[in-house]
Parts: sequence; C-alpha cells; structure tokens
Amino acid sequence: MSVSLTARHLEANGIPTVVMASARDIVEQAGVARLLFTDFPLGNPCGVPYDVEMQRAITRMALDLLENARFPRTTVQTPFQWPTDEWRRNFMLITPEKIEELRVAGEVRRREQAARKAKFEKI
Amino acid sequence: MSFQEAHEVNPARRVFVSYIDKSREYYLAQDYGNPYRWAYNRDVPFAPLAKPLAECRLGVVTTTSLATGDEPADLAERPPKRAYAHPVDPIPERMFTMDLSWDKEATHTNDVGSFLPLKQLQGFVAKGRVGSLSPRFYGLPTEYSQRKTNTIDAPDVLQFCREDGVDVALLVPM
Repeated sequence: MSVSLTARHLEANGIPTVVMASARDIVEQAGVARLLFTDFPLGNPCGVPYDVEMQRAITRMALDLLENARFPRTTVQTPFQWPTDEWRRNFMLITPEKIEELRVAGEVRRREQAARKAKFEKI
Repeated sequence: MSFQEAHEVNPARRVFVSYIDKSREYYLAQDYGNPYRWAYNRDVPFAPLAKPLAECRLGVVTTTSLATGDEPADLAERPPKRAYAHPVDPIPERMFTMDLSWDKEATHTNDVGSFLPLKQLQGFVAKGRVGSLSPRFYGLPTEYSQRKTNTIDAPDVLQFCREDGVDVALLVPM
C-alpha cells in the first residue's frame, strides 16, 4: 500500500508509473494508474526465483503496460501460475489449534512495538 | 478427482487471495483491536508517457532494504526506516526482506531478480526497448501510517527521481 500511495504521488507529479505486484486487492483499492498483477504468493512479483525467462517475460509485460495504458486503473494479469495452490489457504492461516499461539504472538509483537517506539521516539 | 480438488482450492469460494480479508482476520486473532483501514481512493492520477519508452529514463522502487549482514533480529532494535537511493551498478546480490510481510512458507527471496528486476531492465536498455536505467534505484519503507508515506516517503522518492532525471517509474512491493 505504501507503494501504491507513492505511485499515486509520482503520477500526480507527472511521472508515469507501473506497479508489479501480487496483492491485487490492496493495490486496486488504493487506486493506481497501471498494475501488472501476477497471481503468486507474496515475495516474487517479478517471477519464480531463478526462472530468468519468466522474469524477462514479466518485466517485458510491465514495460508494455507502461507504454500502452490509456486510462488509470488499468490492471493486466500475467499468464503465469504458481506450481501449487496450497499457499492460498496456508498464508496467515487461522485454525482452532493456532488461536492461542496467535494470541501470544500478538502480545509479544505489541511489546516489541512499544519498546521500539519508546527507544526511537525519544531521539 | 477434479482439477480443483487436486490443487486444493475450493471453487465455491473466491480463489484469488484477498490480503485485506486475510490480514484483518489474522490481526484480530492476535488481539489487535480496530482493524487496519487500508487506503481507498475513488480518483486515480494518471500521467501519460510524454515520449517513447525508448527515450525514457526508468527508475525502480523497491520495499526491500540493503543487506548489511548484521540486521538485528529484534524488532525493538531496528530504527525507523527512511527512503533511500542506491547505485544500480553493481546490482546487489541480495536484499534484506525478513522484516517485510511475504509468504515465508511458500517461497524465498534468495534471487533478487524475483522481486527487483534490475538485471532484466538492463537487458531491455541494451536492446533499446528502454532509453536508460536511472543510475540509482530507490528504497521505500512500508508504513502503517499512510500520512508518513504521503508526506515524507513518497516526496523523498519523487525528489530522488527528479535528481536522477527519471521519466518513468516501476514500483515493486513484496
């Protein structure tokens, strides 16, 4: 979302942008001029690691989109599929067995965030 | 067994992942109150290309950080991030990504080319598809605060782009 807001800022200042992303809903809700969407787990929006051919094809599509889009909110989806679909379910999965674990993780994270805030906001 | 069952999707539900839905439920399960309110804009600014891409200088924006090798594992020890600009040449062999939210079970970020396409873009510059690559790429902090992005980080990235004569920008979140 920080990327989408920055793309909007660049566009508003006359710099055409293209966003290459896998979190389609977040980018489209923020609203960008051009989005190249690849339906992969988050982490490799430019292609499968070490698959140079795919990375080249996806980058080429981003350049094509940059050049060819005529209207804002133009989304193009690349044709590539992740080898499996389990990640769709497993990412940020909440199960009854994990509820207590997640609650504790949240407490730890809040303590860390508070400590960080106390440490760096004094400076 | 149908194709869908073999691939563990339920066609009675939307197959595409909604990260807004997933993260809301996930943080509620972590006892965070007040679900995050994502940016929602009805109007979208649009800048058409002023000249052919083959004559444009392109700048790349990433949310990853330069790898120093001694990143503190403890969140509390990590200072707040600022936007940065870093030379494209040589292309970094790795970037620090562990502080970002991505699917650490399904994949990895050991190949920089999978999220920072500098090498591919150099190839397109060599072929004349793109005029030139900016001598620097730009790092953008991912922020909970949309106000900080809008008033500090995005203007910083715009400033870097102007310093480097960037005509068009390619932005890649994780």
